[in-house]
Amino acid sequence: MTKLEILTYPDERLKQLSEEVTDFDAELHQFLADLEETMRGGPGGVGIAAPQVGRFQRIALVDVSSKPKIEHHGYLVLINPEIVEYNGFVKGREGCMSVPDYTGNVMRAETITLEYQDAHGQKHSIQCSGFEARAIQHEMDHLDGLLFLDRLVSRRNDLFRRKVYQPPE
Amino acid sequence: MSHWYILSLVGKDSPGIVAHVTQALYDGGCNLGEASMIRMGDSFTIMMMVRHEGTIKSLQTLLSTVADSMGLHIHIDKMDGDLHHHVEPDVQITVYGADRPGIVAHVTGALAEAGLNIVNLESDVGGTEAKPIYIMHIDGVAGEGIAALESALQIVIKEGVEAKLSLIETMIG
Repeated sequence: MTKLEILTYPDERLKQLSEEVTDFDAELHQFLADLEETMRGGPGGVGIAAPQVGRFQRIALVDVSSKPKIEHHGYLVLINPEIVEYNGFVKGREGCMSVPDYTGNVMRAETITLEYQDAHGQKHSIQCSGFEARAIQHEMDHLDGLLFLDRLVSRRNDLFRRKVYQPPE
Repeated sequence: MSHWYILSLVGKDSPGIVAHVTQALYDGGCNLGEASMIRMGDSFTIMMMVRHEGTIKSLQTLLSTVADSMGLHIHIDKMDGDLHHHVEPDVQITVYGADRPGIVAHVTGALAEAGLNIVNLESDVGGTEAKPIYIMHIDGVAGEGIAALESALQIVIKEGVEAKLSLIETMIG
């Protein structure tokens, strides 16, 4: 396994749209192993998306099981993931391996219903909430060329201004 | 040799303060770093990191025209710090209640004793002149654990303010 190099903003490639995965072959499996090693070697290490290492395919890994006392699904290999239902909105703090030394507040859906394929192309549907749902939404944004910087909310005044927030479509 | 300075500017609020000040700094070859700029009452306040090739005096000279014309008071301190060393807060505390003298002193005193290092504090007074309310929002690092802060807050709650603590679980993805 190889630890891959992480692209960091302002690298324009992070704003690129990623393509659907169609081949679930040995080459993909090798890449997934490398991507996992890269994720686990990073700060936080709870998620990574393929475009962060310069591969523009709809692949994200999430594993929040190291966090105490939260609901989670263990190690998730998300290929061609799609969120089919969003529920509730909650503010939380995010950072990104592609944006070093900066964290900010972002609104995310509290619970999501997610459809995706695994490493072998098998389809799955799961419900996620809280920290895991946040990690998944953050990683899936990378597949659409979005960073958490695109979704920052002001640190100031959020106590009284939550109502004006318009959830993303 | 360039140094980082903390530049403080305060004056009566008017449109264009930020634009004029930062233009003067740009024209003088300065770089800007972390900053906080906000209107308070009818004043506008700026505190920001400025990297400048020169002394406190030469930085003051760069800003003298804009400061005079816009009625701004300037204060400059040299600093040892640098960019790219953010301290990540792990706890957020929100306090509010009917405004009265001593809220900030009591709350932050209790929290400091319980190990809190404040990274960011924003506070405001809302409500009406007859019934003002004080609102304070603190991000900090819990140096002696969350339980100590929880107990400290229980004490201030008994004194009659609403206080809520929540963990900041920063998701790095």
